Amino acid sequence: MSAPVLEVSGLAYAYPDGHQALYGVDLALTRGERVALLGPNGAGKTTLVLHLNGILTGGLGSVRVDGMAVGRQTLQEVRRRVGVVFQDPDDQLFMPTVRDDVAFGPANLGLRGAELSARVRQALERVGMEEYTDRPPHHLSFGQRRRVAVATVLAMEPSILVLDEPSSNLDPASRRELADILRGLDVTVLMVTHDLPYALELCERSVILDGGAIVADGPTPEVLGDAELLAAHRLELPYGFDPAIVRTTRPPRSEGAGAALTG
Amino acid sequence: MGAGHAHRLHLPGRSPVHRLPAQCKLVGLVGFVLVVVATPRTAYWAFGCYAGLLLAVAVVARVRLGFVAKRAVVEVPVVVFALLLPFVAQGPRIEVVGIALSESGLLSAWNVLAKATLGVVGSILLAATTEQRDLLVGLRRLKMPGQLVQIASFMVRYLDVIADQMHRMRIAREARGFTPHGPRSWPVLARSAGALFIRSYERGERVHLAMLSRGYTGGPPPVLSETRAATSAWVSAAALPVVALMIAVTAWWTR
Repeated sequence: MSAPVLEVSGLAYAYPDGHQALYGVDLALTRGERVALLGPNGAGKTTLVLHLNGILTGGLGSVRVDGMAVGRQTLQEVRRRVGVVFQDPDDQLFMPTVRDDVAFGPANLGLRGAELSARVRQALERVGMEEYTDRPPHHLSFGQRRRVAVATVLAMEPSILVLDEPSSNLDPASRRELADILRGLDVTVLMVTHDLPYALELCERSVILDGGAIVADGPTPEVLGDAELLAAHRLELPYGFDPAIVRTTRPPRSEGAGAALTG
Repeated sequence: MGAGHAHRLHLPGRSPVHRLPAQCKLVGLVGFVLVVVATPRTAYWAFGCYAGLLLAVAVVARVRLGFVAKRAVVEVPVVVFALLLPFVAQGPRIEVVGIALSESGLLSAWNVLAKATLGVVGSILLAATTEQRDLLVGLRRLKMPGQLVQIASFMVRYLDVIADQMHRMRIAREARGFTPHGPRSWPVLARSAGALFIRSYERGERVHLAMLSRGYTGGPPPVLSETRAATSAWVSAAALPVVALMIAVTAWWTR
C-alpha cells in the first residue's frame, strides 16, 4: 500500500501552562500494519494519541488520516476513522448497559434501528462478548470490560485502532485472550504500551517516543534487541527475556488463525 | 468490582407489574403519591385503603413484604423527625401513658409518618419491578430534559465505581494505622472526601474525552432504545392512582 492510513508530520505541541510535550513528531502507518508506540512515562505518548483524533489541536505540524487533514471540518469523520481505546475501561464505558455503550459511537454517526443493532452485534462478536449485551458494564470482570471497550470502538468501523496500554491490569489469561482478538482483527493498530513482550508478540514494527520526539523506528525484534537504545530511553525487558530467542521460535503471523477465532 | 448497589433494589421477575413500561409506572406512582399527600390527615381509614392498594400491587408483582421492609429502612430519618413532633409542638396536651404530648404534634407526626411510608413503599415497589436502565428510558419518554437523564444515567453507572474507590481509600487509611474516632479524625476524613471529589472530577474529564473520541457533539445521548407504551399499559398503570383518587374524594366528601 502506498498511501498511509495515518500520517503525522512535524507535530509539535505545548500545553497551555507552557509545558512542551511534543517537539516535531513524524510518523506514518500503512494499512494493515500493527505498530507499537513505546516510551517512558512523560514521553508524550498520550499527548500524541489525543492529537490523532483531534481532541488536542492548535500546535504546529499536521495529522492526516486516510489523506484527510485533521481540522474543525473533518473532526467527526476523523473520530470515526481513528478509534481510541483508553486505558481505564471505566472511563470508556459510561452507559447503563453494554449494548447502549457499543451503540453510542455508531448512533453519534447517525445509525438507527436495525442497522444500529446489527453493528452492535457484529462488534461484540468480534471480541467474543455477544453473550453480555444486556449486562451493565460494572458487572463484568476487568478483562471483559476491556474487550467491550475495544468493541465500542470497532462498532464505528475505524481505519485505525489506537490502544492505550491494552495489557495493563490484565491477568495473564485475559492478556493472551486480548492478544488473540487483536491479532484476528483486520485493522491497522497503533498500540501504546510499556509491555515490551506484548509489543513483540503483536507488532511487527515499533517506534520509541522520548522527550517529545521519535528516537527509534524499526522492526520490533531489532528495536527490542538493542540494549543500549532501550537503556537510553528507560525501557526494560522483563528479567530473563531475550527477544532474539522469541524471534526464532515464534510462529509466522497467520491471518487464518485470527479469522477462525472471530468467525 | 463494586458491591453492586444496582441489583439490591431490583427484583428480577416476569409479573404483570414488571412488564409494564417504566414511563407508565412512573406516572402512576407520582399520581398515587400526589393523591396520598392531598388526603385529609384525619381520614384514617383512607390511609388503610392506600396501604391495601400497595399490598395488592406487591402481591401481583410477587414482591415479598420482607424485601420491602428491609429497604424501607431508608425512611428512618423521617421517622425520627416524626417521633419528635409530639414533644416539641405547641397547643393543648393530652396524656398518653403518663406523658403529656401535644395533640396537634401527634396528628402531624401521624400525617408525616403515614404519607412518607406510603410514598417510600410505592417507590420501593417501582424500583423492585423496574430495571434502572428502563427507568432512564421511561424518563426520556416522558420528555425529561436529556441533560438531566444523562446526569442520572452517569450516577447509576458510576455509583459503584466511586463507592469502590471510597472503600479502597478507607482500607488504605486503616492499613496505615488510622482508626476514626472523635472529632480529631474529622480533618483526615474531610481530606479523603476532598481527594475523592477531585478524583471523580478527573474521571469526569476522562469520560468526556472518551465520549468526544466516539463522535459525541453535545446534546442528549442518542441511544437508549425506546419502546412506545400501549394504551392498555397506560390503563393498567392508571388503576393505582385512579382508585386512590376515588378514595381521596370520598375522604373529603365524608369529612
